[in-house]
Amino acid sequence: MLDPTTDSPFRGLGLLAIEGLTAAELTPVLDLADQYLERTRAGERKLTLLSGRTLVNLFFETSTRTRTSFELAGKRLGADVINMSVDASSVKKGETLIDTAATLNAMHLDVLVVRHPDSGAVRLLAAKVNCAVINGGDGSHEHPTQALLDAQTIRRRKGRIAGLTVVICGDILHSRVARSNIHLLNAMGARVRVVAPPTLLPPEVERLGVSVFHSMVAGLTDADIVMMLRLQTERMAGQFVPSVREYFHFFGLTADKLKVARPDALIMHPGPINRGVEIDSEVADDINRSVILDQVELGVAVRMACLDLLTRASGH
Amino acid sequence: MPRRVAYVNARLLSPVDGLDALGAVLTEGVTIADAGPRLFNDGLPADAHVIDVGGHCLCPGLVDMRVATGEPGEEHKETIGTAGRAAAAGGVTAFACLPGTTPPIDDISGVELIARRAREEKLVKVYAQAAVTRNLEGRDLTEMGLLAEAGVVAFTDGTRAVADAAVMRRALSYALSFDLLIVQHPEDPSLASGGHMNAGETATRLGLVGIPPVAEVMMIERDLRLVALTGGRYHVAHVSTVVAVEAIRLAKRQGLRVTCDTAPPYFSLTEADVGDYRTFAKLSPPLRTEADRQAVVEGLADGTIDAIASDHAPQDQDTKRLPFGQAAPGAIGLETLLPLTLALVEKGHLDLMAAFRCLSTRPAGILGLPVPCLRPGARADFVVVDLGRPWRVDASALVAKSKNTPFDHWPVTGRVLHTVVDGRMIHSLESDGNV
Repeated sequence: MLDPTTDSPFRGLGLLAIEGLTAAELTPVLDLADQYLERTRAGERKLTLLSGRTLVNLFFETSTRTRTSFELAGKRLGADVINMSVDASSVKKGETLIDTAATLNAMHLDVLVVRHPDSGAVRLLAAKVNCAVINGGDGSHEHPTQALLDAQTIRRRKGRIAGLTVVICGDILHSRVARSNIHLLNAMGARVRVVAPPTLLPPEVERLGVSVFHSMVAGLTDADIVMMLRLQTERMAGQFVPSVREYFHFFGLTADKLKVARPDALIMHPGPINRGVEIDSEVADDINRSVILDQVELGVAVRMACLDLLTRASGH
Repeated sequence: MPRRVAYVNARLLSPVDGLDALGAVLTEGVTIADAGPRLFNDGLPADAHVIDVGGHCLCPGLVDMRVATGEPGEEHKETIGTAGRAAAAGGVTAFACLPGTTPPIDDISGVELIARRAREEKLVKVYAQAAVTRNLEGRDLTEMGLLAEAGVVAFTDGTRAVADAAVMRRALSYALSFDLLIVQHPEDPSLASGGHMNAGETATRLGLVGIPPVAEVMMIERDLRLVALTGGRYHVAHVSTVVAVEAIRLAKRQGLRVTCDTAPPYFSLTEADVGDYRTFAKLSPPLRTEADRQAVVEGLADGTIDAIASDHAPQDQDTKRLPFGQAAPGAIGLETLLPLTLALVEKGHLDLMAAFRCLSTRPAGILGLPVPCLRPGARADFVVVDLGRPWRVDASALVAKSKNTPFDHWPVTGRVLHTVVDGRMIHSLESDGNV
């Protein structure tokens, strides 16, 4: 969902969602991220592309890795980066999102990265601020940069995305990562499956273009990629699974369950990992299969690419 | 001698009188002195003020079963006065306001406040609905008998369901002593809890917690058992799903004392209209699917759904310009009630007479109010409508104090030219203001 006013993949409002983007729009982002990855690895960690620009990380929800990743990406491109953490409870005391937007406009920002516990809140803010906005995760809606970095991780390891069988396992219901990944992987031509107990699947999820499984063995059979999600207990009102023990027994990823996947299947996880809840340590730490740390490394490169494209598009 | 006004050159349309013919109406003070096709055949009375309505439709005023005003407690959203003016502009000559105010209308002083404010404003007729349970808490019954004596026309917990089956049983049963009507907001709160829109593909894409459509029919089916058990008078508010319409159709066939209404959003919009988190399309019950919308239209067409109410629910910027999950539900509707219903006539789902039955005759009957008609001796509560006039809804130009309509910019047909209550013209469309 980008502003269709120009023909660059990132236009106007910024990067708010993956839904609606095409492979032709997404591929250049991954290509550029590859370039930034090589430069970072070659030791070029202080570029000047964004010198004099201000990037604000506005987080209404706690985050360590996403916020740090955006901060690193901004700094490596030479931007001034400011982190604003807003306690959701202090927001409730008074200032509305619209007030916040007016305040930010007075600060003359170039890029705003926003994370918010409410689905749609980033779009509401983006419509009111006069700078480019990147959705750093809104409620259970989308987390576009996570999907981009996941795609880039897959593409670098497998050489392609089209035709692969990608299995997303766990708390799909509350997951913005799952939604962004489903849209992106479908756009790139992958076959997407989801595996979870029905209590953790949103209604009519199959209409998003996924095959639904309630058994790990059935879902993981011949998988190329296995993406594990954590149980988002902070978004749960009530009980969705009877116990962690039972959940791990049936839906936790173990070496044994993984046997039905392809021998070269990769394990991914957006973090933070809950060992013994959705994934066994033996699998999470398997250096031949787990690409969880690749995801972190590529996260910075992908965000550099997004910031680059976005500041180009906004005409600064 | 009371003032006499002759409305001539009118298409008289009145479902209760079985009347659809060119004719005239003579009012004398607050009542209709005479009406009919042959009136004034022998010439106009010399002492009457004459209004030529230009061949437009003169019909009984609309009776709106569900209007939330912000009074008392949220006068910044809507008052009895602003709602009264909006009602007049929409052709509504009487409405029954909901008890979900601050504090709620659950005792006689609240009812008297509404009555006094309505008298002061002297606009449309305002009737009070009172809470079924004290403070809308779903536990202890209000003093229904005394409240009815004070003028309350129906009992409802507004936009909250009476969730406890034992409380509902007792309410239906006790209300029988005075033959009072219990109105239910049909939604199982434990299933709907935390939900912000209809559960389904759209909610899944938007990452919003959904309210499963069965939350509606489950509450209705439970209540229908209690109606069968108690023999109570039961009305279902704003029916919105296929299965709920079907359940009520079946109950009526079985002879249960059940009536129901719906509101224009449920036959005009679907969950797709939530679009990119449009909070003006956040309603309670939520907008449903296209199949549900069609079922509501069919329910109106076959008479399963008795009435159409505006479900007027004013919300201001502070409660709507928020992330979808935090925004308050509700939409204003007094001024769009008639044209959106006329769209059903235009599309051939209802004939004009049936439309006015849904908007006037039946809601008045359900609430036990005088049924507006064009008969000598009846109260002069009627409207003049240009049925063919196209216009575009402009939220900022609406009379209501809050502007939260999901129909902003909609092209509609049918405009109220004059609204007459107790013989007094309380609204005239500016460009046609000849009074």
